Amino acid sequence: MAEIILTDQNFESEVIEFKSTPVLVDFWAPWCGPCQMIGPMITEIADEMKDKIKVGKLNVDESPETAGKYEIISIPSLKIFKDGEIVDEIVGLQPKEVIVEKIKKVLE
Amino acid sequence: MENNKQNKYDLIIIGAGPAGLAASVYASRYKINHLVIGQIFDSSLFKAHLVENYPGFEKIKGADLIQKFYEQAKNLEAEIISEETVNIIQTHPQPPLPEKTGRGKRGVKNFKITTNLNKIFESRFILLTLGTKQRKLNIPGEKEFLGRGVSYCAVCDAAFFKNKKTAVVGGSDSAAMAALLLAEHAEKVFLIYRKGELRCEPVKKEQIEKNPKIEVIYETNIKKIGGQSKVEFVKLDKEYKNDLKLEINGVFVEVGAVPPETLIRNIGIETDQGGYIVIDKKGETTIKGFYAAGDVTTGSNGLRQIVTAVSEGAIAATSIYEELKKGN
Repeated sequence: MAEIILTDQNFESEVIEFKSTPVLVDFWAPWCGPCQMIGPMITEIADEMKDKIKVGKLNVDESPETAGKYEIISIPSLKIFKDGEIVDEIVGLQPKEVIVEKIKKVLE
Repeated sequence: MENNKQNKYDLIIIGAGPAGLAASVYASRYKINHLVIGQIFDSSLFKAHLVENYPGFEKIKGADLIQKFYEQAKNLEAEIISEETVNIIQTHPQPPLPEKTGRGKRGVKNFKITTNLNKIFESRFILLTLGTKQRKLNIPGEKEFLGRGVSYCAVCDAAFFKNKKTAVVGGSDSAAMAALLLAEHAEKVFLIYRKGELRCEPVKKEQIEKNPKIEVIYETNIKKIGGQSKVEFVKLDKEYKNDLKLEINGVFVEVGAVPPETLIRNIGIETDQGGYIVIDKKGETTIKGFYAAGDVTTGSNGLRQIVTAVSEGAIAATSIYEELKKGN
């Protein structure tokens, strides 16, 4: 598994303070059907683009502090961080190509 | 029947909802060389919180039921690709020939399909089972507040509205289901409907009337969704408790669904006024060899349920099998 598990404890160091590449964060929950569908796509992206972007998954039930801080009220929710700031986001289930396209734009 | 060579099939099923997957199960058992193009999460069943009217399952989550359909189709070795069909063209227009002579030369591919990944497939028969897309409100604030209080998926987002005030727009089964689910979390749920009586199943209507957290606002539309960074209020077109402004934190849109018009329009099949594809009792459209099944059609008296989708899928697959058997 190329993506990392994010929590309230490691979010700051793994995402906010991480400057080498942008970071894609998948905010999800086990009870959300569309999140289950987006999960494998995120894993594939983490694998296929591992040199270009860091990918992490944050379970909103287990890490409510971070989910609350970013005001997550709709999942699945993907946010792309660059130098600790959100530069793009996707709400709801989208095809893999749409997600990859957004990442490529951020990488330009 | 013909082996698959260079992306050529006897049947291509477009859409992987209940109609498409049921058709695939039948097609596999008839040994029809076929391909399914679609993703199960595009199906409206995928978002259904609980299904309680599909025989054999007293209560099942929509996502679990569609997964079962998918697994059954896969276990019969169906080829299913998760792509989106962007164009269908008829490459071999066949004039309607007498039944016995059939509809064209053996092996002739009548349709060409292009997907979003620019893959091209050819097929003798097409079965379109794309279902319907959720309708939007198309009002100010709807797009801007997506993910900030506007949601089209109560199953996904209801839990974030614990002790908050919410609204569901619509009066259908899906709207009623969303309101009931939200009431498990939210402090208050307004069900806002443009007509004077809910059109959901009576059993759901009863549950709504009994639920102290749900209040139905009839004969009212939402005109605007507003707030600072998140949804804070909606503007109504009719006063509720002497005010046009209703303070809420979340709006769940459940105002029905529409057929996917672009694909249908491009190929030029006949539809009714609502855009639903007209089919005959075999499931065939006004274009020979082009079939349709499920919510996207005018079939089954417009009932548009899982049971009618699977039966239309089965009928269409069987009709296509009969045609192939004739050597068409």
